[in-house]
Amino acid sequence: MSEPETVEILLVEDNPNDAELTQRALKKTNLGVGLATVRDGAEALEYLFSNRPKPKVIFLDLKLPKIDGIEVLRRVRADDRLRSVPVVVLTSSQEERDISQCYKLGVNSYIVKPVEFDEFYKAVGDLATYWLVLNKSPL
Amino acid sequence: MAVREAQARQRAAVKTDRSYSTKGAIMTALEDVEILLVEDNPNDVELTLRALQKQNLASKVFVVKDGAEALEFIFATGAFAHRKIEHCPKVVLLDLKLPKVDGIEVLRRIKADQRTKHIPVVMLTSSQEERDVLDTYNLGVNSYIVKPVDFSNFVHAVSELGIYWGILNKVPY
Repeated sequence: MSEPETVEILLVEDNPNDAELTQRALKKTNLGVGLATVRDGAEALEYLFSNRPKPKVIFLDLKLPKIDGIEVLRRVRADDRLRSVPVVVLTSSQEERDISQCYKLGVNSYIVKPVEFDEFYKAVGDLATYWLVLNKSPL
Repeated sequence: MAVREAQARQRAAVKTDRSYSTKGAIMTALEDVEILLVEDNPNDVELTLRALQKQNLASKVFVVKDGAEALEFIFATGAFAHRKIEHCPKVVLLDLKLPKVDGIEVLRRIKADQRTKHIPVVMLTSSQEERDVLDTYNLGVNSYIVKPVDFSNFVHAVSELGIYWGILNKVPY
């Protein structure tokens, strides 16, 4: 796990290509985003339930090793200290069931990863701008 | 009757700027509403519609002026009893300080009901108070946007909002 001094985005992503693409797209926004990346759901929970400051937003993949994204979301929403942290699911799943379940569990937003490289790149930039510049996080 | 009034008000709001297609606004059927704007300040309504117009989203907006009307729309009661509750908007843009029923209470009721809790709700407010921010997140708000004071920043923010929730975000319906 790479970890800058101030973490604004916690990226939970097991696919190294997607993780790298996301990191590159964030660098390009010039937002100077503090990004921490974890590779599975267990690591994500360990990070979030440690004494580290809360990130401004969590970008969460659904299909993850060890503990899946749905379960990470469920535990975040069930915890008093973490409940208010914005969670954006960023996944390739377009399945009605996944979408519906995430909203039932209180996801803030659900984004389907664009398949095409350029679009994925742009979407990540838009996402970061929305959640770090426009949106006000509870801190 | 009340619906006709609401639609007339909507037309009036849209007509305030000639660049809007009034025909488009009249034609928007309630089941085609994608953005529900809950805002009592007519200036902010006009600005918001203008910004959404730029993204070609204005024809999908329905405007209500207080929290009671917002609840009637969302739960398909009262003046909106002929609506189907399953025809959820893609996003509700919700002011905090509203006549009759305030924004916090509207949010609480949307998120407390299994039929409506999945509807994305974005607070669009001038309040920067930490307490409002935290309270709304704890109630399950999807996003909290402080209205920029500056005119062009306001238009820009609403445009981005419209694109994000109208196009980028995926809803389960």
